[in-house]
Amino acid sequence: MHDVRRRSRSVGLSAAARVATFLGVLAFLWGLWELWHWIGTRFKLTWPFPVNDVTMPHLHRIVQALFQPAQANGPSLLHVLLEASAFTAKEAALGFVLGAAGGFAIAVVLSQSRFLERGIIPYVVASQTIPLLAIAPMVVVGLGSKGIHDWLAVAVLAAYLTFFPVTINALRGLQSADPRAVELMRSYAAGRWRILWKLQAPSSLPYLFSAFRIAAPLAIVGAIISEPSASIQGGLGGAIVNFNQYYSIEPQELWATNVISALLGIVFFLAVVAAERLIVRRAPENVA
Amino acid sequence: MSASESVVALAGVSKRFRGGTVALQGIDLEVRPREFVSLIGPSGCGKSTLLRVIGDLVPPTEGTVTVNGKSAERARRDRDYGIVFQQAVLYDWRTVARNIALPLEMLGWDRRRRKERVDQMLELVELTGFADHHPWQLSGGMQQRVSIARALAFEPALLLMDEPFGALDEMTRERLNAELLRIWADTGSTVVFVTHSIPEAVFLSTRVVVMSARPGRIAQMIDVDLPQPRTNEVREEPRFFELVTEVREALVKGGAEQATAQLIAEGEL
Repeated sequence: MHDVRRRSRSVGLSAAARVATFLGVLAFLWGLWELWHWIGTRFKLTWPFPVNDVTMPHLHRIVQALFQPAQANGPSLLHVLLEASAFTAKEAALGFVLGAAGGFAIAVVLSQSRFLERGIIPYVVASQTIPLLAIAPMVVVGLGSKGIHDWLAVAVLAAYLTFFPVTINALRGLQSADPRAVELMRSYAAGRWRILWKLQAPSSLPYLFSAFRIAAPLAIVGAIISEPSASIQGGLGGAIVNFNQYYSIEPQELWATNVISALLGIVFFLAVVAAERLIVRRAPENVA
Repeated sequence: MSASESVVALAGVSKRFRGGTVALQGIDLEVRPREFVSLIGPSGCGKSTLLRVIGDLVPPTEGTVTVNGKSAERARRDRDYGIVFQQAVLYDWRTVARNIALPLEMLGWDRRRRKERVDQMLELVELTGFADHHPWQLSGGMQQRVSIARALAFEPALLLMDEPFGALDEMTRERLNAELLRIWADTGSTVVFVTHSIPEAVFLSTRVVVMSARPGRIAQMIDVDLPQPRTNEVREEPRFFELVTEVREALVKGGAEQATAQLIAEGEL
Protein backbone atom coordinates (compact mmCIF):
# COMPACT_ATOMS: atom_id res chain seq x y z
CA MET A 1 0.00 0.00 0.00
CA HIS A 2 2.70 2.45 1.03
CA ASP A 3 4.38 1.75 -2.30
CA VAL A 4 1.50 3.41 -4.11
CA ARG A 5 1.55 6.45 -1.87
CA ARG A 6 5.24 6.92 -2.35
CA ARG A 7 4.87 6.71 -6.09
CA SER A 8 2.11 9.28 -6.27
CA ARG A 9 4.08 11.66 -4.08
CA SER A 10 7.11 11.41 -6.33
CA VAL A 11 4.82 12.18 -9.29
CA GLY A 12 3.61 15.31 -7.46
CA LEU A 13 7.16 16.45 -6.81
CA SER A 14 8.31 15.89 -10.37
CA ALA A 15 5.34 17.85 -11.75
CA ALA A 16 6.68 21.06 -10.20
CA ALA A 17 10.19 20.09 -11.27
CA ARG A 18 8.95 19.44 -14.80
CA VAL A 19 7.38 22.88 -15.13
CA ALA A 20 10.63 24.45 -13.91
CA THR A 21 12.66 22.35 -16.37
CA PHE A 22 10.31 23.28 -19.21
CA LEU A 23 10.57 27.01 -18.49
CA GLY A 24 14.33 26.76 -18.03
CA VAL A 25 14.85 25.00 -21.36
CA LEU A 26 12.52 27.47 -23.09
CA ALA A 27 14.46 30.45 -21.68
CA PHE A 28 17.74 28.82 -22.68
CA LEU A 29 16.61 28.22 -26.30
CA TRP A 30 15.20 31.76 -26.50
CA GLY A 31 18.55 33.12 -25.34
CA LEU A 32 20.43 30.95 -27.82
CA TRP A 33 18.24 32.20 -30.71
CA GLU A 34 18.71 35.84 -29.79
CA LEU A 35 22.45 35.37 -29.15
CA TRP A 36 22.93 33.83 -32.60
CA HIS A 37 20.82 36.61 -34.11
CA TRP A 38 23.02 39.25 -32.41
CA ILE A 39 26.30 37.55 -33.38
CA GLY A 40 25.07 37.01 -36.96
CA THR A 41 24.00 40.61 -37.56
CA ARG A 42 26.94 42.13 -35.63
CA PHE A 43 29.60 40.19 -37.56
CA LYS A 44 27.59 39.83 -40.80
CA LEU A 45 27.76 36.02 -40.83
CA THR A 46 26.93 34.38 -44.15
CA TRP A 47 27.67 30.83 -43.04
CA PRO A 48 25.79 28.50 -42.64
CA PHE A 49 23.16 31.05 -43.67
CA PRO A 50 23.00 34.85 -43.67
CA VAL A 51 21.44 36.08 -40.46
CA ASN A 52 18.94 38.93 -40.65
CA ASP A 53 15.38 39.74 -39.60
CA VAL A 54 13.97 37.64 -42.45
CA THR A 55 15.81 34.39 -41.79
CA MET A 56 15.65 34.78 -38.00
CA PRO A 57 12.98 37.24 -36.87
CA HIS A 58 13.18 38.27 -33.23
CA LEU A 59 11.14 35.91 -31.11
CA HIS A 60 9.27 38.73 -29.45
CA ARG A 61 8.18 39.91 -32.91
CA ILE A 62 6.77 36.46 -33.63
CA VAL A 63 4.80 36.62 -30.39
CA GLN A 64 3.71 40.19 -31.17
CA ALA A 65 2.51 39.16 -34.63
CA LEU A 66 0.07 36.76 -33.00
CA PHE A 67 -1.79 39.65 -31.42
CA GLN A 68 -1.91 41.89 -34.47
CA PRO A 69 -4.54 41.64 -37.21
CA ALA A 70 -3.52 39.28 -40.02
CA GLN A 71 -5.24 41.51 -42.54
CA ALA A 72 -6.19 45.17 -42.25
CA ASN A 73 -9.17 45.53 -39.90
CA GLY A 74 -9.42 41.73 -39.58
CA PRO A 75 -9.24 39.55 -36.47
CA SER A 76 -5.87 38.95 -34.80
CA LEU A 77 -3.47 36.39 -36.30
CA LEU A 78 -3.89 34.29 -33.15
CA HIS A 79 -7.63 34.22 -33.70
CA VAL A 80 -7.17 33.18 -37.33
CA LEU A 81 -4.64 30.49 -36.40
CA LEU A 82 -6.76 29.09 -33.56
CA GLU A 83 -9.68 28.69 -35.95
CA ALA A 84 -7.37 27.03 -38.47
CA SER A 85 -6.05 24.79 -35.65
CA ALA A 86 -9.56 23.71 -34.68
CA PHE A 87 -10.24 22.78 -38.29
CA THR A 88 -6.98 20.87 -38.69
CA ALA A 89 -7.44 19.24 -35.26
CA LYS A 90 -10.81 17.88 -36.41
CA GLU A 91 -9.20 16.30 -39.49
CA ALA A 92 -6.22 15.01 -37.52
CA ALA A 93 -8.35 13.57 -34.70
CA LEU A 94 -10.51 11.62 -37.12
CA GLY A 95 -7.37 10.57 -39.02
CA PHE A 96 -5.77 9.40 -35.77
CA VAL A 97 -8.82 7.36 -34.79
CA LEU A 98 -9.08 5.80 -38.27
CA GLY A 99 -5.36 5.10 -38.39
CA ALA A 100 -5.22 3.67 -34.87
CA ALA A 101 -8.26 1.44 -35.38
CA GLY A 102 -7.14 0.34 -38.83
CA GLY A 103 -3.56 -0.17 -37.68
CA PHE A 104 -4.64 -2.29 -34.73
CA ALA A 105 -7.01 -4.33 -36.88
CA ILE A 106 -4.21 -5.08 -39.36
CA ALA A 107 -1.94 -6.12 -36.46
CA VAL A 108 -4.63 -8.45 -35.09
CA VAL A 109 -4.98 -10.14 -38.47
CA LEU A 110 -1.20 -10.43 -38.95
CA SER A 111 -0.73 -11.80 -35.41
CA GLN A 112 -2.88 -14.81 -36.27
CA SER A 113 -0.36 -16.37 -38.63
CA ARG A 114 3.35 -16.21 -39.33
CA PHE A 115 2.57 -16.74 -42.98
CA LEU A 116 0.35 -13.65 -43.14
CA GLU A 117 2.84 -11.60 -41.17
CA ARG A 118 5.72 -12.47 -43.50
CA GLY A 119 3.58 -11.99 -46.58
CA ILE A 120 1.97 -8.66 -45.68
CA ILE A 121 4.58 -6.75 -43.64
CA PRO A 122 6.71 -5.78 -46.69
CA TYR A 123 3.67 -4.01 -48.17
CA VAL A 124 2.94 -2.27 -44.88
CA VAL A 125 6.51 -0.94 -44.91
CA ALA A 126 6.35 -0.07 -48.62
CA SER A 127 3.19 1.97 -48.02
CA GLN A 128 5.26 4.45 -46.05
CA THR A 129 7.85 4.94 -48.77
CA ILE A 130 5.19 6.49 -51.02
CA PRO A 131 5.08 10.25 -50.37
CA LEU A 132 1.73 11.48 -49.08
CA LEU A 133 1.75 14.13 -51.79
CA ALA A 134 1.72 11.38 -54.43
CA ILE A 135 -1.40 9.66 -53.18
CA ALA A 136 -3.24 12.76 -51.98
CA PRO A 137 -4.81 13.64 -55.37
CA MET A 138 -6.06 10.06 -55.86
CA VAL A 139 -7.72 10.02 -52.45
CA VAL A 140 -9.18 13.52 -52.79
CA VAL A 141 -10.49 12.95 -56.31
CA GLY A 142 -11.59 9.38 -55.56
CA LEU A 143 -13.53 10.24 -52.43
CA GLY A 144 -14.74 13.54 -53.93
CA SER A 145 -16.39 11.67 -56.80
CA LYS A 146 -18.45 9.82 -54.18
CA GLY A 147 -19.60 13.17 -52.78
CA ILE A 148 -17.44 12.90 -49.66
CA HIS A 149 -16.27 16.16 -48.08
CA ASP A 150 -12.70 17.29 -48.69
CA TRP A 151 -11.85 17.38 -44.99
CA LEU A 152 -12.76 13.68 -44.72
CA ALA A 153 -10.31 12.93 -47.51
CA VAL A 154 -7.67 14.79 -45.50
CA ALA A 155 -8.53 12.65 -42.46
CA VAL A 156 -8.06 9.51 -44.55
CA LEU A 157 -4.64 10.78 -45.67
CA ALA A 158 -3.67 11.51 -42.05
CA ALA A 159 -4.78 7.96 -41.19
CA TYR A 160 -2.49 6.65 -43.93
CA LEU A 161 0.45 8.15 -42.05
CA THR A 162 -0.63 7.09 -38.55
CA PHE A 163 -1.61 3.45 -39.07
CA PHE A 164 1.97 2.38 -39.70
CA PRO A 165 3.57 2.82 -36.24
CA VAL A 166 0.39 1.43 -34.70
CA THR A 167 0.50 -1.76 -36.79
CA ILE A 168 4.19 -2.36 -36.15
CA ASN A 169 4.01 -1.79 -32.38
CA ALA A 170 0.65 -3.50 -31.86
CA LEU A 171 1.99 -6.60 -33.60
CA ARG A 172 4.96 -6.70 -31.22
CA GLY A 173 2.62 -6.07 -28.31
CA LEU A 174 0.23 -8.85 -29.27
CA GLN A 175 3.18 -11.22 -29.52
CA SER A 176 4.61 -10.08 -26.17
CA ALA A 177 2.21 -12.14 -24.03
CA ASP A 178 4.00 -14.40 -21.52
CA PRO A 179 4.08 -17.94 -23.03
CA ARG A 180 3.05 -19.37 -19.65
CA ALA A 181 0.05 -17.05 -19.63
CA VAL A 182 -0.85 -18.53 -23.02
CA GLU A 183 -0.53 -22.03 -21.50
CA LEU A 184 -2.77 -20.89 -18.66
CA MET A 185 -5.41 -19.76 -21.15
CA ARG A 186 -5.13 -23.06 -23.01
CA SER A 187 -5.62 -24.89 -19.70
CA TYR A 188 -8.97 -23.08 -19.52
CA ALA A 189 -9.76 -24.42 -23.00
CA ALA A 190 -9.64 -20.85 -24.35
CA GLY A 191 -9.82 -20.54 -28.12
CA ARG A 192 -7.90 -18.12 -30.31
CA TRP A 193 -10.34 -15.22 -29.84
CA ARG A 194 -10.56 -15.60 -26.08
CA ILE A 195 -6.75 -15.60 -25.87
CA LEU A 196 -6.66 -12.55 -28.12
CA TRP A 197 -9.13 -10.45 -26.10
CA LYS A 198 -8.40 -11.61 -22.57
CA LEU A 199 -4.62 -11.87 -22.85
CA GLN A 200 -2.92 -10.61 -26.01
CA ALA A 201 -4.84 -7.35 -26.42
CA PRO A 202 -4.31 -6.20 -22.80
CA SER A 203 -0.64 -7.29 -23.04
CA SER A 204 -0.24 -5.08 -26.10
CA LEU A 205 -1.56 -1.89 -24.46
CA PRO A 206 1.80 -0.42 -23.36
CA TYR A 207 3.19 -1.04 -26.87
CA LEU A 208 0.05 0.41 -28.41
CA PHE A 209 0.37 3.61 -26.41
CA SER A 210 4.03 4.00 -27.40
CA ALA A 211 2.78 3.91 -30.98
CA PHE A 212 -0.01 6.38 -30.24
CA ARG A 213 2.55 8.85 -28.88
CA ILE A 214 4.28 8.76 -32.27
CA ALA A 215 1.07 8.62 -34.27
CA ALA A 216 -0.66 11.60 -32.63
CA PRO A 217 1.73 14.33 -33.89
CA LEU A 218 2.00 12.41 -37.18
CA ALA A 219 -1.74 12.83 -37.65
CA ILE A 220 -1.30 16.61 -37.44
CA VAL A 221 1.57 16.52 -39.93
CA GLY A 222 -0.47 14.34 -42.27
CA ALA A 223 -3.45 16.67 -42.11
CA ILE A 224 -1.34 19.79 -42.69
CA ILE A 225 0.47 18.29 -45.69
CA SER A 226 -2.75 17.00 -47.23
CA GLU A 227 -4.82 20.20 -46.93
CA PRO A 228 -3.26 21.98 -49.96
CA SER A 229 -3.90 18.86 -52.10
CA ALA A 230 -7.56 19.05 -51.15
CA SER A 231 -7.55 22.82 -51.78
CA ILE A 232 -8.57 23.44 -48.18
CA GLN A 233 -7.88 27.04 -47.12
CA GLY A 234 -9.29 27.05 -43.62
CA GLY A 235 -6.74 24.82 -41.90
CA LEU A 236 -3.15 25.20 -40.73
CA GLY A 237 -1.92 23.73 -44.02
CA GLY A 238 -3.75 26.48 -45.88
CA ALA A 239 -2.33 29.11 -43.53
CA ILE A 240 1.21 27.82 -44.10
CA VAL A 241 0.81 27.92 -47.90
CA ASN A 242 -0.63 31.44 -47.61
CA PHE A 243 2.08 32.88 -45.34
CA ASN A 244 4.78 31.20 -47.44
CA GLN A 245 3.94 33.69 -50.19
CA TYR A 246 4.57 36.69 -47.92
CA TYR A 247 7.61 35.27 -46.15
CA SER A 248 10.13 37.84 -47.40
CA ILE A 249 7.91 40.71 -46.20
CA GLU A 250 6.43 39.30 -43.02
CA PRO A 251 8.41 36.23 -41.93
CA GLN A 252 7.05 36.38 -38.39
CA GLU A 253 3.60 35.31 -39.60
CA LEU A 254 4.86 32.00 -40.99
CA TRP A 255 6.95 31.48 -37.87
CA ALA A 256 3.91 32.13 -35.70
CA THR A 257 1.94 29.58 -37.73
CA ASN A 258 4.72 27.03 -37.18
CA VAL A 259 4.65 27.66 -33.43
CA ILE A 260 0.88 27.13 -33.30
CA SER A 261 1.19 23.94 -35.41
CA ALA A 262 3.84 22.61 -33.04
CA LEU A 263 1.66 23.43 -30.04
CA LEU A 264 -1.24 21.54 -31.60
CA GLY A 265 1.03 18.50 -32.06
CA ILE A 266 2.06 18.76 -28.41
CA VAL A 267 -1.58 18.94 -27.30
CA PHE A 268 -2.31 15.75 -29.24
CA PHE A 269 0.73 14.06 -27.69
CA LEU A 270 -0.29 15.07 -24.17
CA ALA A 271 -3.83 13.82 -24.76
CA VAL A 272 -2.37 10.38 -25.54
CA VAL A 273 -0.15 10.49 -22.43
CA ALA A 274 -3.18 11.40 -20.29
CA ALA A 275 -5.25 8.56 -21.77
CA GLU A 276 -2.38 6.16 -21.14
CA ARG A 277 -2.23 7.17 -17.46
CA LEU A 278 -5.93 6.39 -17.13
CA ILE A 279 -6.02 3.13 -19.04
CA VAL A 280 -2.73 1.27 -18.67
CA ARG A 281 -2.33 -0.44 -15.30
CA ARG A 282 1.09 -2.02 -15.13
CA ALA A 283 3.80 -2.71 -12.63
CA PRO A 284 6.08 0.36 -12.74
CA GLU A 285 8.99 -1.75 -14.05
CA ASN A 286 6.89 -3.31 -16.84
CA VAL A 287 5.84 -0.16 -18.64
CA ALA A 288 7.10 -0.44 -22.20
CA MET B 1 -6.31 -50.69 -11.24
CA SER B 2 -7.73 -49.76 -14.62
CA ALA B 3 -7.15 -46.44 -16.30
CA SER B 4 -10.76 -45.38 -15.80
CA GLU B 5 -10.43 -45.43 -12.00
CA SER B 6 -7.25 -43.38 -11.89
CA VAL B 7 -7.14 -39.60 -12.22
CA VAL B 8 -4.04 -39.71 -14.40
CA ALA B 9 -2.83 -42.73 -16.36
CA LEU B 10 0.27 -42.58 -18.56
CA ALA B 11 1.28 -45.59 -20.66
CA GLY B 12 4.53 -45.74 -22.60
CA VAL B 13 4.77 -41.97 -22.91
CA SER B 14 7.79 -40.53 -24.74
CA LYS B 15 8.51 -37.01 -25.83
CA ARG B 16 11.12 -36.13 -28.40
CA PHE B 17 11.56 -32.44 -29.18
CA ARG B 18 12.41 -31.12 -32.59
CA GLY B 19 16.18 -31.23 -32.78
CA GLY B 20 16.23 -34.73 -31.27
CA THR B 21 16.32 -34.07 -27.51
CA VAL B 22 14.55 -36.94 -25.77
CA ALA B 23 12.78 -35.29 -22.84
CA LEU B 24 10.79 -38.33 -21.76
CA GLN B 25 11.11 -42.05 -22.47
CA GLY B 26 8.79 -44.91 -21.63
CA ILE B 27 6.87 -43.25 -18.82
CA ASP B 28 4.22 -45.40 -17.10
CA LEU B 29 2.46 -43.70 -14.21
CA GLU B 30 -0.91 -43.90 -12.54
CA VAL B 31 -2.20 -41.35 -10.07
CA ARG B 32 -5.20 -42.39 -7.99
CA PRO B 33 -7.90 -40.08 -6.62
CA ARG B 34 -6.82 -37.94 -3.62
CA GLU B 35 -3.16 -38.83 -4.07
CA PHE B 36 -0.47 -36.17 -3.76
CA VAL B 37 2.28 -37.22 -6.15
CA SER B 38 5.56 -35.34 -6.44
CA LEU B 39 7.82 -35.57 -9.47
CA ILE B 40 11.42 -34.96 -8.47
CA GLY B 41 14.63 -35.14 -10.43
CA PRO B 42 17.64 -33.19 -11.67
CA SER B 43 17.05 -30.32 -14.08
CA GLY B 44 16.50 -31.62 -17.59
CA CYS B 45 14.79 -34.82 -16.42
CA GLY B 46 11.59 -33.75 -18.13
CA LYS B 47 9.45 -33.38 -15.02
CA SER B 48 7.93 -30.09 -16.19
CA THR B 49 7.41 -31.56 -19.66
CA LEU B 50 5.65 -34.54 -18.06
CA LEU B 51 3.31 -32.18 -16.21
CA ARG B 52 2.53 -30.37 -19.49
CA VAL B 53 1.89 -33.68 -21.24
CA ILE B 54 -0.70 -34.50 -18.55
CA GLY B 55 -2.24 -31.05 -19.07
CA ASP B 56 -2.30 -31.45 -22.88
CA LEU B 57 -0.12 -28.37 -23.24
CA VAL B 58 2.64 -30.43 -24.90
CA PRO B 59 1.69 -33.40 -27.11
CA PRO B 60 3.55 -36.67 -26.41
CA THR B 61 5.48 -38.25 -29.28
CA GLU B 62 4.39 -41.76 -28.24
CA GLY B 63 2.13 -43.37 -25.70
CA THR B 64 -1.30 -42.63 -24.29
CA VAL B 65 -2.36 -40.09 -21.68
CA THR B 66 -5.65 -40.56 -19.88
CA VAL B 67 -7.05 -38.00 -17.45
CA ASN B 68 -10.27 -38.71 -15.54
CA GLY B 69 -10.88 -41.65 -17.87
CA LYS B 70 -10.73 -39.61 -21.07
CA SER B 71 -8.07 -38.31 -23.44
CA ALA B 72 -5.86 -35.52 -22.09
CA GLU B 73 -7.25 -33.20 -24.75
CA ARG B 74 -10.85 -33.94 -23.80
CA ALA B 75 -9.95 -33.38 -20.14
CA ARG B 76 -8.36 -30.03 -20.93
CA ARG B 77 -11.40 -28.97 -22.94
CA ASP B 78 -13.61 -30.03 -20.02
CA ARG B 79 -11.41 -27.91 -17.70
CA ASP B 80 -10.66 -30.92 -15.50
CA TYR B 81 -7.48 -29.49 -13.99
CA GLY B 82 -6.06 -26.31 -12.54
CA ILE B 83 -2.42 -25.39 -13.10
CA VAL B 84 0.11 -23.39 -11.06
CA PHE B 85 3.49 -22.34 -12.45
CA GLN B 86 6.80 -21.42 -10.81
CA GLN B 87 6.03 -17.76 -11.49
CA ALA B 88 2.58 -16.64 -10.41
CA VAL B 89 1.70 -15.57 -14.02
CA LEU B 90 -0.86 -13.02 -12.82
CA TYR B 91 -2.27 -10.43 -15.19
CA ASP B 92 -0.87 -7.03 -14.28
CA TRP B 93 -3.92 -5.21 -15.59
CA ARG B 94 -6.31 -7.14 -13.37
CA THR B 95 -6.80 -6.77 -9.64
CA VAL B 96 -6.25 -9.76 -7.34
CA ALA B 97 -10.01 -10.45 -7.34
CA ARG B 98 -10.26 -10.31 -11.13
CA ASN B 99 -7.20 -12.54 -11.52
CA ILE B 100 -8.85 -15.19 -9.37
CA ALA B 101 -12.10 -14.73 -11.32
CA LEU B 102 -10.39 -15.30 -14.70
CA PRO B 103 -11.22 -19.04 -14.99
CA LEU B 104 -14.74 -18.33 -13.71
CA GLU B 105 -15.22 -15.79 -16.52
CA MET B 106 -14.08 -18.42 -18.98
CA LEU B 107 -16.73 -20.76 -17.56
CA GLY B 108 -19.36 -18.08 -18.05
CA TRP B 109 -20.26 -17.58 -14.39
CA ASP B 110 -22.29 -14.46 -13.66
CA ARG B 111 -20.87 -11.56 -11.67
CA ARG B 112 -22.51 -12.39 -8.35
CA ARG B 113 -21.49 -16.02 -8.37
CA ARG B 114 -17.92 -14.99 -9.31
CA LYS B 115 -17.71 -12.53 -6.46
CA GLU B 116 -18.95 -15.09 -3.93
CA ARG B 117 -16.38 -17.64 -5.04
CA VAL B 118 -13.55 -15.08 -5.16
CA ASP B 119 -14.33 -14.07 -1.58
CA GLN B 120 -14.21 -17.72 -0.49
CA MET B 121 -10.90 -18.20 -2.29
CA LEU B 122 -9.35 -15.09 -0.76
CA GLU B 123 -10.30 -16.46 2.64
CA LEU B 124 -8.86 -19.88 1.78
CA VAL B 125 -5.45 -18.44 0.89
CA GLU B 126 -5.65 -15.82 3.67
CA LEU B 127 -5.65 -12.75 1.43
CA THR B 128 -8.95 -11.21 2.49
CA GLY B 129 -8.58 -7.44 2.16
CA PHE B 130 -6.27 -7.64 -0.86
CA ALA B 131 -9.02 -8.09 -3.46
CA ASP B 132 -8.52 -4.68 -5.04
CA HIS B 133 -4.72 -4.71 -5.04
CA HIS B 134 -2.79 -5.13 -8.24
CA PRO B 135 -0.31 -8.02 -8.46
CA TRP B 136 2.79 -5.83 -8.36
CA GLN B 137 1.72 -4.51 -4.95
CA LEU B 138 2.06 -8.00 -3.41
CA SER B 139 5.10 -9.98 -2.23
CA GLY B 140 6.21 -13.06 -4.18
CA GLY B 141 4.58 -15.39 -1.64
CA MET B 142 1.29 -13.52 -1.75
CA GLN B 143 1.33 -13.55 -5.57
CA GLN B 144 1.80 -17.31 -5.54
CA ARG B 145 -1.15 -17.69 -3.15
CA VAL B 146 -3.29 -15.69 -5.59
CA SER B 147 -2.14 -18.03 -8.34
CA ILE B 148 -3.16 -21.06 -6.22
CA ALA B 149 -6.52 -19.45 -5.45
CA ARG B 150 -7.04 -18.91 -9.20
CA ALA B 151 -6.24 -22.58 -9.91
CA LEU B 152 -8.64 -23.78 -7.20
CA ALA B 153 -11.42 -21.27 -7.97
CA PHE B 154 -13.39 -23.56 -10.26
CA GLU B 155 -12.81 -26.60 -8.01
CA PRO B 156 -10.90 -28.81 -10.44
CA ALA B 157 -10.49 -32.35 -9.13
CA LEU B 158 -6.87 -32.33 -10.35
CA LEU B 159 -4.22 -29.76 -9.55
CA LEU B 160 -1.00 -29.61 -11.62
CA MET B 161 1.78 -27.65 -9.93
CA ASP B 162 5.11 -26.84 -11.61
CA GLU B 163 7.62 -25.91 -8.88
CA PRO B 164 5.11 -23.43 -7.44
CA PHE B 165 7.31 -22.50 -4.49
CA GLY B 166 10.68 -22.74 -6.23
CA ALA B 167 11.23 -18.99 -6.40
CA LEU B 168 10.34 -18.31 -2.76
CA ASP B 169 12.52 -18.09 0.33
CA GLU B 170 12.71 -21.12 2.64
CA MET B 171 10.43 -19.74 5.37
CA THR B 172 7.66 -18.64 3.00
CA ARG B 173 7.99 -21.96 1.27
CA GLU B 174 7.47 -24.00 4.45
CA ARG B 175 4.46 -21.89 5.38
CA LEU B 176 2.90 -22.33 1.95
CA ASN B 177 3.68 -26.08 2.05
CA ALA B 178 1.57 -26.38 5.21
CA GLU B 179 -1.13 -24.19 3.67
CA LEU B 180 -1.21 -26.31 0.53
CA LEU B 181 -1.66 -29.49 2.59
CA ARG B 182 -4.56 -27.89 4.44
CA ILE B 183 -6.19 -26.88 1.14
CA TRP B 184 -5.57 -30.35 -0.32
CA ALA B 185 -7.26 -31.94 2.71
CA ASP B 186 -10.16 -29.45 2.61
CA THR B 187 -10.87 -29.77 -1.11
CA GLY B 188 -10.21 -33.47 -1.57
CA SER B 189 -8.35 -32.87 -4.81
CA THR B 190 -5.61 -34.87 -6.47
CA VAL B 191 -2.24 -33.15 -6.89
CA VAL B 192 0.68 -33.73 -9.26
CA PHE B 193 3.52 -31.57 -7.99
CA VAL B 194 6.89 -30.90 -9.64
CA THR B 195 9.77 -29.93 -7.36
CA HIS B 196 13.52 -30.20 -7.01
CA SER B 197 13.45 -30.00 -3.22
CA ILE B 198 13.69 -33.39 -1.49
CA PRO B 199 12.25 -32.30 1.91
CA GLU B 200 9.39 -30.53 0.17
CA ALA B 201 8.55 -33.64 -1.87
CA VAL B 202 8.62 -35.89 1.23
CA PHE B 203 6.68 -33.47 3.43
CA LEU B 204 3.86 -32.93 0.94
CA SER B 205 3.43 -36.21 -0.90
CA THR B 206 1.73 -39.50 -0.49
CA ARG B 207 4.10 -40.76 -3.18
CA VAL B 208 7.38 -39.45 -4.61
CA VAL B 209 8.30 -40.26 -8.21
CA VAL B 210 12.07 -40.01 -8.66
CA MET B 211 13.15 -39.24 -12.21
CA SER B 212 16.54 -39.35 -13.94
CA ALA B 213 17.70 -37.23 -16.83
CA ARG B 214 18.73 -37.66 -20.45
CA PRO B 215 16.48 -39.29 -21.35
CA GLY B 216 13.85 -38.47 -18.72
CA ARG B 217 12.69 -41.72 -17.12
CA ILE B 218 11.10 -42.82 -13.86
CA ALA B 219 13.94 -44.20 -11.72
CA GLN B 220 11.97 -45.19 -8.63
CA MET B 221 8.69 -44.62 -6.80
CA ILE B 222 8.67 -44.17 -3.05
CA ASP B 223 5.50 -44.32 -0.95
CA VAL B 224 5.50 -41.78 1.85
CA ASP B 225 3.87 -43.37 4.90
CA LEU B 226 4.05 -40.36 7.21
CA PRO B 227 0.75 -39.87 9.10
CA GLN B 228 -1.94 -37.44 7.95
CA PRO B 229 -2.71 -34.64 8.57
CA ARG B 230 0.86 -33.40 8.56
CA THR B 231 2.12 -30.43 10.48
CA ASN B 232 5.57 -28.88 10.56
CA GLU B 233 6.54 -31.21 13.45
CA VAL B 234 6.63 -34.03 10.90
CA ARG B 235 9.83 -32.44 9.56
CA GLU B 236 11.59 -33.41 12.80
CA GLU B 237 10.49 -37.06 12.96
CA PRO B 238 13.08 -39.82 12.32
CA ARG B 239 10.82 -41.38 9.65
CA PHE B 240 10.86 -38.07 7.75
CA PHE B 241 14.67 -38.15 7.64
CA GLU B 242 14.68 -41.81 6.60
CA LEU B 243 12.43 -40.98 3.67
CA VAL B 244 14.49 -37.93 2.73
CA THR B 245 17.55 -40.19 2.67
CA GLU B 246 15.71 -42.78 0.61
CA VAL B 247 14.72 -40.21 -2.00
CA ARG B 248 18.23 -38.75 -2.07
CA GLU B 249 19.78 -42.19 -2.62
CA ALA B 250 17.29 -42.89 -5.39
CA LEU B 251 18.28 -39.61 -7.03
CA VAL B 252 21.99 -40.42 -6.72
CA LYS B 253 21.43 -43.92 -8.07
CA GLY B 254 19.39 -42.52 -10.96
CA GLY B 255 22.22 -40.09 -11.64
CA ALA B 256 24.84 -42.87 -11.56
CA GLU B 257 22.79 -45.01 -13.95
CA GLN B 258 22.41 -42.09 -16.24
CA ALA B 259 26.16 -41.39 -16.19
CA THR B 260 26.83 -45.08 -16.95
CA ALA B 261 24.29 -45.06 -19.76
CA GLN B 262 25.93 -41.99 -21.20
CA LEU B 263 29.38 -43.61 -21.09
CA ILE B 264 27.99 -46.71 -22.82
CA ALA B 265 26.39 -44.51 -25.43
CA GLU B 266 29.68 -42.77 -26.01
CA GLY B 267 31.44 -46.13 -26.37
CA GLU B 268 33.72 -45.78 -23.36
CA LEU B 269 32.42 -48.80 -21.42
